[in-house]
Amino acid sequence: MAFLDFIPQMGRRTLQTVPGLGAASRFLLSSLLSIFNRHFSVQQLFRQIYGFGVRSLILMVVAAFFTGMVLGFQGYYALVRFGATSALGTLVALSLLRELGPVLTALLFAGRAGSALTAEISSMKATEQLSAMEMMAVNPLAWVVAPRLWAGIIAVPILCAIFDLVGIFGGYLISVPVLGVDGGTFWAQMQSNVTFSGDILTGLFKALCFGVVVTWIAAWKGYTARPTAEGVGNATTLSVVTASLTVLGLDFILTALLFS
Amino acid sequence: METRAIDWWVGIFVLLGIAALVVLALRVGNLSGFAYDNGYVLHADFNNVGSLKTRSPVKLGGVTIGEVTHIGMNPKTYMAKVTMRIEPAIKLPIDTGASIYTQGLLGEQYVAIQPGGMPQNLKPGGTITMTQGAVNIDQMIGQMVFSKAEGSSKASGNQ
Repeated sequence: MAFLDFIPQMGRRTLQTVPGLGAASRFLLSSLLSIFNRHFSVQQLFRQIYGFGVRSLILMVVAAFFTGMVLGFQGYYALVRFGATSALGTLVALSLLRELGPVLTALLFAGRAGSALTAEISSMKATEQLSAMEMMAVNPLAWVVAPRLWAGIIAVPILCAIFDLVGIFGGYLISVPVLGVDGGTFWAQMQSNVTFSGDILTGLFKALCFGVVVTWIAAWKGYTARPTAEGVGNATTLSVVTASLTVLGLDFILTALLFS
Repeated sequence: METRAIDWWVGIFVLLGIAALVVLALRVGNLSGFAYDNGYVLHADFNNVGSLKTRSPVKLGGVTIGEVTHIGMNPKTYMAKVTMRIEPAIKLPIDTGASIYTQGLLGEQYVAIQPGGMPQNLKPGGTITMTQGAVNIDQMIGQMVFSKAEGSSKASGNQ
């Protein structure tokens, strides 16, 4: 009756998942609020913004540039059949601002910074540094987790804005000088169809949500990792996979809510 | 890394983000599009505005001289009331006409101004009375098909 084991297993899974989600939410809230704790250090926060933001900058710029150029090419070949290449600027700008900018920034961020964050916190746990902090009455949430969470939340929208801009520039470089679309039409069509609050700010709001989710998942996976060498590795893999899938799923929900 | 250097880099990073947002807002989102802020207001009532939108251009001889700022309904006449802002340097005579045209076959719609010849000019807040609304292509095709069918039925009746 091996298949009957499936039923209690499902129950056990549920019993693990639901309180796990609750504990993760409590972890997020108390970390974010521990900005008021006396162990929260602004210097640490800046150090993390440097690590997450500044050092991801080159990756983001290169990725955005190529994404924009590909969008320019593909959009051109799709639109030229209908003689509608005047809409190329709008197509490049809206795809980047609404979808590709926030999502690709979040996915790259999960790979570049999220994995490092999980590995760092889980190896701190494996080497009992977190327990040592608690012994010294230092709150590890305030000293270790909160600066990293806030750094992610601050860095991702900034990276997204830079991603959008570089991507549009890449699309422009392919469309106008290479493919010969009229430059005036490219910008004018873009300007008349992109709105500041409706497209640019909602895109950045999406990026902000992704920033919270990616760093939250990365920190939680690190914090709950098994304190072994294998546990650190598993937690890091799981962090990138979970964060990426959550970003894609959340993107669908946010798009349905914000752009309907 | 030294704290001071990190502060510098983080400052540059945040500034880059703000600069990117400003460029996006001005160059891409056209937040600078208040070019007609000092322009004067004119109204025009159309029987049909088609797909005219707020911020659609107002053109004279193909040159953009203003933009549509508001589209509402005149409750007395059941006409669509279009409010526009026009560049202050352009003075329009009181017998000026306004029509809604489409750029190309499928392009966006705009208000085209045909200046009249009267010596008096429209005052700010004035209303253009001679208007021609948007052409409804569906209706036109319907009329054409209908008149064709009518013509052929007459022709067969004469036989």
